[in-house]
Amino acid sequence: MNKPDISPERDQYLKKKKQRKRIILICQIGILILFIAQWEISARLGWIDSFILSQPSRIWQTYVNMAQNDLLMNIGVTVYETLVGFFLGVIFGTLLAVILWWSDFISKVSEPYLVVLNSLPKIALGPVIIVIVGAGTEAIIFMALAISLIVTVLEMLNGFRNTDKEYIKMAATFGATKRQIFTKIVFPYNITTLFNSLKINIGLSLVGVIAGEFLVSKAGLGYLIVYGGQVFKLDLVMASVIILSIVAALMYEAVVLLQKLVTKWYGH
Amino acid sequence: MDVLNVQNIEEKYQAENGEITALKNISFCVKKGEFISIVGASGCGKSTLLSIIAGLLKPTAGEVIVKGEKVEGVSAHIGYMLQKDNLLDWRTIYSNVMFGLEVRHMMSPENTSRTTHLLKTYGLYEFKDKYPSQLSGGMRQRAALIRTLAINPDILLLDEAFSALDYQTRLTVTDDVYRILKQENITTIMVTHDIPESISMGDKIIILSARPAVIKEILEVNFEDKSRTPLSCRNSPKFRYYFDHIWKELVIDE
Repeated sequence: MNKPDISPERDQYLKKKKQRKRIILICQIGILILFIAQWEISARLGWIDSFILSQPSRIWQTYVNMAQNDLLMNIGVTVYETLVGFFLGVIFGTLLAVILWWSDFISKVSEPYLVVLNSLPKIALGPVIIVIVGAGTEAIIFMALAISLIVTVLEMLNGFRNTDKEYIKMAATFGATKRQIFTKIVFPYNITTLFNSLKINIGLSLVGVIAGEFLVSKAGLGYLIVYGGQVFKLDLVMASVIILSIVAALMYEAVVLLQKLVTKWYGH
Repeated sequence: MDVLNVQNIEEKYQAENGEITALKNISFCVKKGEFISIVGASGCGKSTLLSIIAGLLKPTAGEVIVKGEKVEGVSAHIGYMLQKDNLLDWRTIYSNVMFGLEVRHMMSPENTSRTTHLLKTYGLYEFKDKYPSQLSGGMRQRAALIRTLAINPDILLLDEAFSALDYQTRLTVTDDVYRILKQENITTIMVTHDIPESISMGDKIIILSARPAVIKEILEVNFEDKSRTPLSCRNSPKFRYYFDHIWKELVIDE
């Protein structure tokens, strides 16, 4: 790359590539700005009812108000519940997948149950969960777990099973035990699967937490959204939704960052 | 003394639509340092035979004896090399060639230094910290061979070990591997469907029939050349003779 004499074609190619990247970024930001501006103007001119649809300046006002009060606490509650649900889902999901990979018999027996549990909308279990674990943080975490667990199990199990058979045979020729085959071949082979599943899971846990907060909570972003809806403070609802989407994006990016670190360390 | 004794091996397996006899009455013995090629039509059970010798598969009848011990379970005396190099892409070359030692809990200083020596001798030492994807096909196959030799096997099994390579690489790698094996005086059994390859490397060629596979003939190959290499064999006038002979044996079956 650091050759002093780059051919003019190469130079042009690189410039074009850079330019394209810049145009895409400008368009992305432009759309956002245009959307917000349009929204604000329409509200000011009375084209839309800002009582129902709110408006950016009022959302900002609400946000500033919230930031002075207990916004951080509410974000903290939601993030905490999501992370706990997420880690529990990943740990138990992976463990279950390991068991199912290990024993073909258990896997065959549990197959129909997994299929049913996977297709069941877990939110329907909400009332049951509340009755069993009580209407509190536990119920919310449980909901997050219920939503992410089965997906993790199926995703990881599928990855484990699709490990290159030749690799496994190679390990077997050295007399590897099943445990060694798992730790030295199957698991490292599925690092990418694991991270794909983490990326899906962080989103699903958040879905579970918000659904849980809709049902039972006294704090958290989901609670603010429901509360705002009930008292018809749409500014509050909108502000909470926007904050929620930022939180969701940040958590997703954290997983992506973790993946980069781990794969670098693993030397892919 | 024979290093390997294969006695009356028979292998049947149960498929959905009936019982299939893959191998029948397979008996032969191999002396220390010999190179045996096994040829046969595809699907005749050549690889099954290797799996049985390695102890990966239990035969329906008969037994395999290595250095006077009956093979039960994966034998520590045997190294097995598959068609694909199967280097793990998340490990460096060094860590890949140590894989067998690691799995067998044999990471002693003698073994690791011997393996490092193999890496040096066969020109991979400077690549030891690279990942498999950074190496050429031929180098990868050599790394896979060193991984197998690291456990210091008495017998090496090659299961179509070169057929995944393109023709040119294949010829050079065959030459390379042959040189390594002769230098380390390793007894080798190679399964292949490539007749020229079997002649160019083998001291003896076992010709198997179509399923159920039985031994049709054990052909002694003699090029009267002490310093033979797979490439020089291909130029020998006797090469053609052996080729025609094996070709006829295999074609009669069809």
